[in-house]
Amino acid sequence: MKIRARLVVCLVGIVGLAAILFTGISGLPGYGHYPGPYGDYINALAPYQRHVTNAVSAVNFDYRGLDTLGEEFILFAAVAGLVLLLRSPGVEAEDRPPIEIPNRPIEPASDGVRWLTFGLVAVVNLFGTYMVLHGNTTPGGGFQGGAILGTASMMVYLGAGYRTYRRSTAKQATEIGKSLGAGIYALTGLAGMVAGGAFLQNVLPLGRRESLLSGGTIPVINFGVGLEVAAGFALLFLQFIKETRKQPSVEEK
Amino acid sequence: MNVLQMALFLAVAAAGTLTVLAPSPSRQVLLFSLYGTLLTILFALIEAPDVALSELAVGAAASPLMLLVALASVRVREKKP
Repeated sequence: MKIRARLVVCLVGIVGLAAILFTGISGLPGYGHYPGPYGDYINALAPYQRHVTNAVSAVNFDYRGLDTLGEEFILFAAVAGLVLLLRSPGVEAEDRPPIEIPNRPIEPASDGVRWLTFGLVAVVNLFGTYMVLHGNTTPGGGFQGGAILGTASMMVYLGAGYRTYRRSTAKQATEIGKSLGAGIYALTGLAGMVAGGAFLQNVLPLGRRESLLSGGTIPVINFGVGLEVAAGFALLFLQFIKETRKQPSVEEK
Repeated sequence: MNVLQMALFLAVAAAGTLTVLAPSPSRQVLLFSLYGTLLTILFALIEAPDVALSELAVGAAASPLMLLVALASVRVREKKP
């Protein structure tokens, strides 16, 4: 195709997209005006129906729990696929040398980075755990807390280097944690059926509002999600960081 | 919409544009991380703390990290004959 024809096609595309976007955006409600009744109902009902003060968790893990179950298994399948794709042949050594780029010396972490990460690992782990445990009372929850916990392992890598990182983040432990977390979610769903209700029905006692165990099955599912996401992210990072090391297939053939 | 929110909206738009226009992939990744950080602050300002926390962990930290590692890995493999 000639450059002129391409320009014409591009122009038609841009004008068309602009027209559609303009129509779409001009039909939106005003800034800060929420039109639908659903959110208002949930905000008003969740504290009384489910005894939780974070309505987002009530939607994610109870009212629309099935959707979140699907999302959890998307993450599960994605990480499992990544592990399969990036698996290393043969025995895994935990202290392979890093791959080198010509004219780019590998500098050890500076004292500043080391001290900062040493301090931060504890704080980040604590904050992540807090976030997972308080999913039913304050903003955040299993996914957010799990992702924060997962990134804590990267701080170990940054501050203490590859060897310490591999020792502190055991691959098997992350695999077990990921599967256990997903299992907790699915089994909590089945518990509803065993108790004679529907799948993912909230069958546990709801507890006192604003307490750690308020919300019946919500904190259980929330914990499962936290475990799965924390272990899943740690495993994800582990697989990627391994790629920056010399691979046994290149070295030993 | 208050002034702070307005400023953040503009900053997010600017960071997004800069990310697209970045000359090299590694610079693009760092700008993408900056974009994620600004988006996190914006979400917090418009009262969406749950989304802000997700964006902070995934958009500002995890995705750029994986992209950086992928870039490093690709570069090494390109250099080898």
